[in-house]
Amino acid sequence: MASTASPTALQRVHGALRRVPTWSIYLLCMAPAIVYAALAFTDRLGADPARALEHALGLWGLRLLLIGLAITPIREIFGLNLVRFRRVVGLAAFTTIALHLLSWAWLDVAFDPATMWKDISRRPYITIGMAAFILLIPLAVTSTNAMIRRLGPKAWNRLHKLVYLIAILGGLHFLLLKKTIQAEPLIYLGLAVILIGWRLVPRRKAAVPARG
Amino acid sequence: MLIRDSRLDIPSSEITPRAVWLNRRALMAGAGSLVAGGLLSAAAAPLQTVKSDLTTTGETLTPLEDVTTYNNFYEFGTGKSDPSENGSSLTTSPWSVRIDGLVDKPGDYTLEDLIAAQPIEDRVYRMRCVEAWSMVIPWNGFPLAALLNRVGVQPSAKYVAFETLVRPSEMPDQDSSYPALPYPYVEGLRLDEAMSPLTLMAVGLYGETLLPQNGAPIRLVVPWKYGFKGIKSIVRISLTDQQPPTTWNILAANEYGFYANVNPQVDHPRWSQATERRIGEGFNARRDTLMFNGYGDFVASMYAGMDLTQNY
Repeated sequence: MASTASPTALQRVHGALRRVPTWSIYLLCMAPAIVYAALAFTDRLGADPARALEHALGLWGLRLLLIGLAITPIREIFGLNLVRFRRVVGLAAFTTIALHLLSWAWLDVAFDPATMWKDISRRPYITIGMAAFILLIPLAVTSTNAMIRRLGPKAWNRLHKLVYLIAILGGLHFLLLKKTIQAEPLIYLGLAVILIGWRLVPRRKAAVPARG
Repeated sequence: MLIRDSRLDIPSSEITPRAVWLNRRALMAGAGSLVAGGLLSAAAAPLQTVKSDLTTTGETLTPLEDVTTYNNFYEFGTGKSDPSENGSSLTTSPWSVRIDGLVDKPGDYTLEDLIAAQPIEDRVYRMRCVEAWSMVIPWNGFPLAALLNRVGVQPSAKYVAFETLVRPSEMPDQDSSYPALPYPYVEGLRLDEAMSPLTLMAVGLYGETLLPQNGAPIRLVVPWKYGFKGIKSIVRISLTDQQPPTTWNILAANEYGFYANVNPQVDHPRWSQATERRIGEGFNARRDTLMFNGYGDFVASMYAGMDLTQNY
């Protein structure tokens, strides 16, 4: 816990982090999508490349959502403040999930509107996934400083609580697309529930510097 | 020829350590060679085969590498590469299949006996997985009908039930605290389906004996049905007068029926079955799925008058 890192060590980490430009963290978070796109264009995704690409982008999108949700608990539990990077993590999650959706629309249903609508309306896991993506759009659109000012911090915060619902929907989407109930999607859904549940538990905030 | 093999009564806990050193000895002696009385894991060995009129033409074969590395065989794990990665230690020799129920000549038939009883045919078939991907596989095998005729099906028999090996020491998911499926994996066919000239007992592919990930040493291939009907590593075949339980139907009856005929018009509740992705064909792999996987001329008459949306 907090006691394992001496205040000076934590200060040094924070000092170093201040020099890290946020765009570099965005690029780092986009690395999986970039790597998989490169593998796809060089035909190195194995026997069923469409499925491999779709699943990799979806899985990394979900992981980035959960990393974004972990930033507040990490600050409160360990005192490590990564809040400056939360916006780019969220934007990378949005971009990766948008590419996941694009890979499905392109490779799975060939942009055929009728097939797409049939899938969205009749396949519960696609309905849920699409709902999660649509809910992500206003969060991405309002991610700029100008939009935060325009909405006001209170309304902006309320809007961005949508990410809790989005993460749960993402976990459900993963769970429902498997033939059986499998451990991997259950673990992701469980992580989402823990990260959200943690915020609902009342706690003393005295020891934590009030920020962000 | 009917051989009662008492070695099968040895508990698996005793077989495993012995298999380990015998496998090593076999590897040193040359993979694929048969050591009399020894226990061998499966390595592909050449098969003597004959041509068949019932082979599918006009299709490009799925590359051997894809056929042997992209598999569903949950006993070895649920990932597509798990069966090829975890299956190599499966002991497939000795092997025998218990044939029982409503037959004239029940007993334990050795694999060698099952193979030697008739020619092994080359049969190229399309394989359509219920997950909406497909392959074209050059199987080597013999019609199930030949085996059933040989053991004598009694008039009261209406169904054929199949069962996969249970051997947790060599099949990791069977050893798991949370197995993906209830084991043993079981499947079944109506007797007329089992007697169809297309229904194959496969013992090889691409001219060599099966590897564990493909269901070594003997498996069912029913080309007009979804792939999960093709039960692997069969240890028991029973003739019954009752429709036998089938694993995926037990797990989710609303998603997987007893028949599981390939049907582009009847969707899986969670995804469309109208199209499929042909494995090994990159990003242009999507194609329309064919009714009865394109084998309707041979099999459609068996389902005349049946509501296929109800009997899925």
